[in-house]
Formats: sequence, C-alpha cells, structure tokens
Amino acid sequence: MADHKRIDEVTGTATSGHEWDGIEELDTPMPRWWLWSLYASIVWAIVYVILYPAWPMIHGATEGVLGWTSRGQLEAEMQADAKRRAPVVSAIGATAIADLPAKPELMQAAVQGGAAAFRVHCVQCHGAGGAGVPKLYPSLTDDDWLWGGDLPTIEYTITHGIRNPDHDATRTSQMPAFGRDGILDARQIADVVSFVRAISHQEKPSASSIRGAAVFEANCAVCHGPAGEGGRAVGAPKLADAIWLYGGDRASITATVTQPRNGVMPRWNSRLDPVTIKMLAAYVYSLGGGEKAPVEAVPAAEGEGQGTNGQD
Amino acid sequence: MARTDHPGEPPASLYEARKGVYPKKVDGPFRRFKWAIMAVTLAIYYGTPWIRWDRGPHAPDQAVLIDLANRRFYMFQIEIWPHEFYYVAGLLIMAGIGLFLVTSAVGRAWCGYACPQTVWTDLFQHVDRLVDGDRNAQIRLANGRWTAEKIGKRALKYAIYLTIAFWTGGAWIMYFADAPTLTQDFWSGQAAPVAYVTVAVLTATTFVLGGFLREQVCIYMCPWPRIQTAMMDEKSLLVTYKDWRGEPRGSVKTAEKNPGAFGDCVDCNQCVAVCPTGIDIREGPQIGCITCALCIDACDSVMAQVGRPRGLIDYCTLDDAETEKAGGVAPPIRKTLFRPRTLIYSGLWGAIGLAMLFTLGQRTRLDLAVQHERSPLYVQLSDGAIRNNYTLKLRNMELRPRPVEIVVSGLPGARLWIDGGSRETARQSLRMPLAPDSVTSARLFVVAPGAGPVRQDFTITVRALDDEPHRDSETIQFDRPGTQP
Ligand code: SF4
Ligand code: SF4
Repeated sequence: MADHKRIDEVTGTATSGHEWDGIEELDTPMPRWWLWSLYASIVWAIVYVILYPAWPMIHGATEGVLGWTSRGQLEAEMQADAKRRAPVVSAIGATAIADLPAKPELMQAAVQGGAAAFRVHCVQCHGAGGAGVPKLYPSLTDDDWLWGGDLPTIEYTITHGIRNPDHDATRTSQMPAFGRDGILDARQIADVVSFVRAISHQEKPSASSIRGAAVFEANCAVCHGPAGEGGRAVGAPKLADAIWLYGGDRASITATVTQPRNGVMPRWNSRLDPVTIKMLAAYVYSLGGGEKAPVEAVPAAEGEGQGTNGQD
Repeated sequence: MARTDHPGEPPASLYEARKGVYPKKVDGPFRRFKWAIMAVTLAIYYGTPWIRWDRGPHAPDQAVLIDLANRRFYMFQIEIWPHEFYYVAGLLIMAGIGLFLVTSAVGRAWCGYACPQTVWTDLFQHVDRLVDGDRNAQIRLANGRWTAEKIGKRALKYAIYLTIAFWTGGAWIMYFADAPTLTQDFWSGQAAPVAYVTVAVLTATTFVLGGFLREQVCIYMCPWPRIQTAMMDEKSLLVTYKDWRGEPRGSVKTAEKNPGAFGDCVDCNQCVAVCPTGIDIREGPQIGCITCALCIDACDSVMAQVGRPRGLIDYCTLDDAETEKAGGVAPPIRKTLFRPRTLIYSGLWGAIGLAMLFTLGQRTRLDLAVQHERSPLYVQLSDGAIRNNYTLKLRNMELRPRPVEIVVSGLPGARLWIDGGSRETARQSLRMPLAPDSVTSARLFVVAPGAGPVRQDFTITVRALDDEPHRDSETIQFDRPGTQP
C-alpha cells in the first residue's frame, strides 16, 4: 500500500495510501490531546480492572480490591429498604388488626405488603388477585365467606388454617358423608338437592323439593341454617345464594351431599410472622368482600347471615 | 485543517500539538452584534432561575424550574407533567427545524454567535486580553520564559477562568431547585451531594472546554459542523473571501508600483489574526470557519484605511460568487433569505409552535385513566349481581384541591364504590376530594345486575365540582360470567 502514498493537491496533505472505489484517505495528523485521551482511557481501564470485578474466570470473575459485587450491592439495598420500612412494619405490628382501617396510611401500607406476600404464598390456590379456582378453592373477592370476612376473622383463618390435623386452634368442622355412609338414601338425596336448588332460585319448587324440605330440616339445618343461610361458626356455606364453591348444578350438589370435600388450608403461623399475616389479612379484606367486624369483635363470629355486618 | 508544516511532504508525526490561537481585538458591526448576543445569552443563562412567579400556595414560585423529584416542569405560566412530555419533544423538533432554517439561510450562524461553546470561548478569550494583553503580548508571553510576571499572570488568568467556570456550574443547578434556598444550602454544606457533583463536573468541563480546548471542540469534537455542511446549499450565506477581487495579493506599496497587477487584498493578515478558530479564510470555505464574521469586521476596517470599498470578505453565497466572478451583480439579500426552502422551514416551525400553543390552551387539567382488573375479570356476588373491579388514576393538574364526582353511564342498575366503601354505601355516583397537583389512585368497584350481556361497554366520567366544568371520561368494558378470564 505504501507505494500508493501521494500528496493531495487540494489540501497539500499526504494520503494514507488507502483507496476504496477511487476515494482516498488523507493522512491528517490527529490532535495530540486525542492521544492523551486514549492514554487516559487506558489508565482508567487498568485502574478499573484492579478495583472492580473484571476478568471472567471459570468460576466467577476476579474480585477487585474494593470487594464490590452486584449481589453485595443488592444485599445492601435490601437492607436499607428493610430499614426504611421498619417503622411502618412495627407500627402495623403494634396495631390491633381491627383498628387498621382507622389509620388509612397504615392500612394502605399493609395492603401493599400483603399483596406482595399473597403473590408468594397464596396465589397457588386462590389465584392471582384472589379470584379462586372454580370447584377447588374459594374466591376471596366476593361477599360470601365460609368463616367470616371481617379483619380479625380473616387473620385468624390465615393464622390457624382450616382442618389442620396438627393444630388445636385450627378451624374445623366436618360435613357428614350422607350418601357414602348410608345416612340418606338416593331418593332423599335427590329430594334435598331439589330443595337446595329451589331455595337458591335455580329450580322452581316441586313435589321433590317439598319432600326435600323435611330432609333438610332433619339433617342439614343444624349447620346450614333453617333457610340455608349458612353457619359461619362451623364454616357451613350459605346455600340460598348464587355462589357455589363446588358447583350448583344437580350433579355437583348430589356429589357434595354424597361425599363432601371438606377443603383444607395450611396454617401460616408456622411459616409467616404475625405482621406478614396481618398484612395478608388486610390485603384479602381489601379485595372487595371485606366486612366490618361485628361489634363484639369476637373472632369466628356467630353465623347470623351476612347482611347485618355491612360496613359504614 | 491540519496541514503539514511543509506542504507537499508527508506529516512529520502522526499526532499534532495544538497551535495556539490568539485572536486579536477587533471592532465593527459584527463584533458588536456578537457582544450583544453574548450579553443576552449569558444573562438568560445566569439570571433565569432567579425570576419569581407566583403560582399560589401549592406550587413553587420559581418561574423556570425542572422539579425532578416531583416530576414537574414549570415554565412561567406553563406547567408540564411527565405524560405531557410531547411538549418537550415538540420544542426539540422546533429547535431542530430552527437549526435547519438558520443553517440553510446563513450557514453556521448558530456556531458563530449562539453556541455555548462559542459564547464561553469568546468570554475566556476576552479574559486573556484583559490579563495578558492583545494578540502580540499574548504570543510573547506564551513563548517567553517562566518569569514571576508570567506566573502571576497565569495564576490570575486561571483564577478568573475557574471563577467563571464555577458560576457556570452553579447556575445550572439553580434550574433544578428553588434558587435562593439552594444557594443557602449549597454554602452551608446542606445541599444534596448531586448538587456538588454537578457543580464540580460543570466547573471542570467549562474550565477545560472554554479555557483550553476551544476551537478544538468545534473542529474535532462537535458533530454539528458535519451535519451543517450537509444542510447548506449554494444559496446559503457564507463568510467568503472574494478571491476574484482580492488576488493576487500585494502590499499597498507594491500595488502602487505596479498599477493594475494586484487585487484588493493588501496581505495584511488581519483576517487571520482576529479569527477565533485560527484559520485563514482566504483559503476558501472550510470546516474550521464558524461564520462569526469577525474577519469581515477586520478586513472592512483595513479597506477603509487604504481607501478601497468594503466587502472583500463578506457574506456571500456560492451562487453569488459565481455571478460576481463572471462580472455580474449579486441579487439583493432578501432574495437569498426568502426562498422556498427557508419559507417551508419557517412555515413548519411556525405551524408546530402554533399547534403547541393551541393544545396548551385547550388542555384540560383533570385526567382520568381507567384499567379493568383482570384477575378476576368479574366477581359473582351471593345475590346474583356481578361486580367488576377497576383501577382509577385521577390526575388533578390544577394547583388547588378539587372535589370531583365519578359517574358511570351506559350500565343499567350500576352502583359503585371505592376503597373504604362497601356494597351498602354504593351509589350511582360518588364524590371524592383530589389533592392539588397530584395523582390519586383508587380501586373502583362497580356492581351491576347479573342479567345482561356477557360483555358490555360503559362510560366512567370524572367531573370537577368546582367552578370550572372540567371533565374526562373513558369507555371501558363490564364482564359477566361467560367471558373467558
Ligand atoms: S474565518 Fe472569519 S468567520 Fe470564519 S471563524 Fe474565522 S473570523 Fe470567524
Ligand atoms: S484582512 Fe483583508 S486585506 Fe488583510 S489580509 Fe485579510 S483579506 Fe487581505
């Protein structure tokens, strides 16, 4: 290439000898400060490599004399964040759950913290946003509660779980297997199903449902209430409404009466701290079905029907 | 630019030391214009943050403020929110078109007069003249030995550089916080670390770029010259040495001895001496020329001294150069300035500006954004009714608190409530207060009878209840069982 070097007539500058499609490159000297900038960058790079992790090795990278790591930085940021949240968290811990709504800022913080915990521990069964899974896990967003939907009750349910064999304080009750154990015969079951579908306005009253009323009164009313209004003391669902956890069609109700499901939920006091449980309760409460606590504020309140426990 | 010391030979080195530029003092209309531009731009830069503007109790009273923490941009009467960033985009487009316009009309006038690098370089060169003296004294001092006088002058000069650089960095941070408070905090050590870092960085860059790198920025670092070269055409006004009139050069004496053999240029080198980028305009148009026209002032005064007509160096287009070379007379300057290209640029520029002003005047300061919650899409309630949940974002962009009403329409039998309410308190509409200059988020619960279409569009409207009937609405979907979540 060197032999192509020549002096450009217009500028009087030597060419570099490179030529592409007739375009030649002038060999204009670079400004010297540019060279210094290059040297400075090299020095910078060397210093950086000494200070920070840089060279990739088989297991990790060189460590750098400053000992900085991105994990370490994350750790520090998480700690700083935990420190920042500490006052709010301890304030939530120190507040009785029934008093949370009176402190909107604490309540809001609790709902946010609960939403995060819910995504980790609860969505597997109750679904994102507490939507539930039809025929498997109840929706937490509606106005129908098996054990009650006020803050202390929700907190209790989360804390102790439902039908936990290893725990005394767990919520427990058992619907008899009327069909499997031969307590009712097939005709009685068909009649009581007709009755239940009639009080939930899915069927018109019929001879069968009138017969079923007597079966219901003798076998079911003690838990589900004389009019099917449900019994929260034992987690007996309301039967006279539109919400059916295990399905409201004939076949589903027949299956339930024959062999009930008796759903279970883990107790969370063995895995989560009380503040997290409190925040979870606040979140579940906020999903749209939260009820005002009864005046007596007894957890697991008497199942007197939902209408009387309205908020505000 | 970088010629070899001996034309015709390859460069002695791959790298070239900077050649000192010591522009000589000059006076003339262009120089005075440049002083005026410098005074105005520096006054705007240093002074703007100190202008106060009363916006009432809920907003800062600084006329121009970029409030990063609260994500607001205040500019006199106008106040911009992050989602209105298109106004900033509009301003940038206007700046771009403005540059096209100026460049196509008068070449690198931006570079020559208004570019911050030019303004600060000019200021620093003025400091050089104040401390070291004019061109010759500066050269003598630069080449001379390190005497006590030289050390003293250098120390004084760099101290002044640093002071200017510091004020430049200091003024910058004033745009981002209340200026008087920030000044106090800054000097009492209480300002945010980012303030000190910014001032330090800007002090350093101003000191280096304005004090030392100067024309090197214009020639080697700045991308504009390349772009501008592409934006100019044969009708753009450029500072031009009229070689057809000036060549061959000869001193007044030589010319007197040989009448008619010489051109008008008396080869006095004044045009080179005054040039802030240190180039010789007589070599023709070149990338180092920032079109500052100081050489015009210099040459015109020389022409006046030797009794020849002014304009040996002058603003001139490539077309005019051809005409004049051929002995013709260049058309009047307005014909050059007002031609289709510049008129189209001006039209576009004005149209965007007017459109922005119009939308600024029209924009409503109450904004509603609704999002349908997807999990669950709908909730079956025990009495058969269906509830859908929505997330509302309400922006009250007025600087005062406002009560608003939220109404749904197009959904028969609908009742609504927001967090903290319940089914029992649900109504057809609800009222809530909005804090001034704020975004309020709320969950909206809407209950409607279970019987109805599986999917139904309805409208949520937010309406200000105070004197101004501002409103915003959004149409959104209501889902009933049957929709696949
Ligand atoms: S040649 Fe003239 S117009 Fe160009 S930069 Fe130098 S003094 Fe300014
Ligand atoms: S200032 Fe005018 S006369 Fe003097 S050298 Fe430059 S072009 Fe020639």
